Amino acid sequence: MTSASTNDIEFRSVVKRYGSVTAVSDINFAVPRGAFMALLGPSGCGKTTCLRMIGGFEQPSEGTVYINGEAMNGVAAYRRPVNMVFQHYALFPHLDVEQNVSYGLRQMLPRIASPEISRRAQEALEMVRLGGFGKRGIHEMSGGQQQRVALARAIVNKPKVLLLDEPLAALDKKLRTAMQIELQTLQRELGITFVLVTHDQEEALSMSDFVCVMNAGRIVQVGPPQEIYDRPASLFVADFVGKTNRITATVDTGGASILFANGARFAAPAATTPSTGAAMVALRPEAISLKRNGAAGTAALSGTVTHRIFLGSSVEYSVDVDGLGDFLVTADRRALGDSDLVEPGDKVGLAFDPNALHVFPA
Amino acid sequence: MRAFISSVYLFLYAPIALVVLFSFNAGRSASEFTGFSTAWYGKALSNTFLVSALQNSLMIAFTSATLAAIFGTMAALGMERLAPRNRAIFDALFAAAIVVPGVVIGIATLVALVAVFSFVNPALTAIWPGDQPPQLGLGYGSIIAAHGLFSMALVTMIVKARIASLGRDIVEASSDLYATPLTTFRLIVLPQILPSILAGFLLAFTFSFDDFIIAFFVAGSKTTLPIYVFASIRRGVTPEINAIATLVLVASLLLILTARILMREKKTKSGE
Repeated sequence: MTSASTNDIEFRSVVKRYGSVTAVSDINFAVPRGAFMALLGPSGCGKTTCLRMIGGFEQPSEGTVYINGEAMNGVAAYRRPVNMVFQHYALFPHLDVEQNVSYGLRQMLPRIASPEISRRAQEALEMVRLGGFGKRGIHEMSGGQQQRVALARAIVNKPKVLLLDEPLAALDKKLRTAMQIELQTLQRELGITFVLVTHDQEEALSMSDFVCVMNAGRIVQVGPPQEIYDRPASLFVADFVGKTNRITATVDTGGASILFANGARFAAPAATTPSTGAAMVALRPEAISLKRNGAAGTAALSGTVTHRIFLGSSVEYSVDVDGLGDFLVTADRRALGDSDLVEPGDKVGLAFDPNALHVFPA
Repeated sequence: MRAFISSVYLFLYAPIALVVLFSFNAGRSASEFTGFSTAWYGKALSNTFLVSALQNSLMIAFTSATLAAIFGTMAALGMERLAPRNRAIFDALFAAAIVVPGVVIGIATLVALVAVFSFVNPALTAIWPGDQPPQLGLGYGSIIAAHGLFSMALVTMIVKARIASLGRDIVEASSDLYATPLTTFRLIVLPQILPSILAGFLLAFTFSFDDFIIAFFVAGSKTTLPIYVFASIRRGVTPEINAIATLVLVASLLLILTARILMREKKTKSGE
């Protein structure tokens, strides 16, 4: 018996196969009660399959999914204490907004009295700021409003766990950001465990307490967003979560130093203990600062600026580093005055703290 | 080119227009219009043979269309669950059933029914305790069966198209919201496919009501309206026949028009 009572969701050695294709394998993770967990990964990585196994739309081929400590093998979707917000909302087109929202309550046993049902539906609609829209038809609602109806339809049932399948993918950027904040607020108010599936790393990092990064049917790292970003467990995570520069290198002198492909040598970061041999090194663009050539002799790498992309609050540079190829460098505008903007064609030096290097076996 | 097209339409519709026109003829002639009158309609509707044939046709059409609607819908729902390859086989079979010529269906049904009767009737006689064992024979039942089977394919095709446009996710959403499969069918699936079932029913009704070929093969001694019309034409075309034809034409057009409206409405609803 593990800590079943404090975890709302737990996967133990879960495998899902479709014929000869293995969709996910050896999935183990737990979502603590009241947490906001994001399943993050590229399309086809198996994150939606995992979500559907929680919802009961797929059954695992091996292993067990636990909800609130109870094994869910063979339990049908309509008997599970979870609700899902579908990617395309899946609203019932022949019912009005209030009928959509109260649908789940009407199915509950023992039966809930009608006035109580409408009261709760009204409450849920107000929670998603659709107070006066109960009698509207689904097709009279905009995309963002339909999204809220889908949300209200799920939370009105006060489920143990709310499942969200790329719920914001169909919204435009501004609406998406607003909904991200709203979802987070809602989750804190309700105290319901949220499991969010997304391929958008920004969404995963900004909203969740835990991120579970998946690739090719397996979990590659689980942890708080900051840990995922600052200490990626693999080159894949470093690449997928945020932007990164990849450098071919060799670890030598017994793991004490790193030799880049262009001959530059650095002390190995304290945090990682890679074994001697070929390695791939990841370096975040914002960990690098640009020095005008000659301005500082400390720069370890040098190169030529090829592009400058102005992003408002920051500036992105492409730098062709001597012997290593293209690097991406992000510079905060507060850190550099306007006079510090370098131009394409300028010779620059690249400086960084060697502890910012993430070293992975090649 | 325009003249050619006009002549095609003229060739198609002029005879029908003439039938309608002469149904209002005051005189007996089918070639000379002598004045407007609705007398032939009254005459047709007071002809007891004709009225009983009409009643037979309505009863057969209603029963066969009801059966076709029920079983066609069940088939469409069942096919949704089939593996894609098996579904393709059934799709092809249903499509084939619709394009097989009526004559072939008529002969095939007749042969099959006679074969079944010759097997079942002696068996019934053997096991029946009384003197008067029931005997299966051609009649209403065989027409209903033949029409029902054919139009079931029709209903299946129409309902299946609607189910395909529904999408799996609203069924899953309903299941996610604690509805059992039966409740999901009742509250979510049925209301959305009902117009297409109704459209299928109306087309099946129209098909059965208008069918002469299949009914002629399997009717035995019974008479449907098209069979009656065919039989009475041997005694010459009268305005009475024209009046009947006009009534059938109007009824059929109305039914098909309703079916089309039912099928179109759901399309605009599901189209985002």
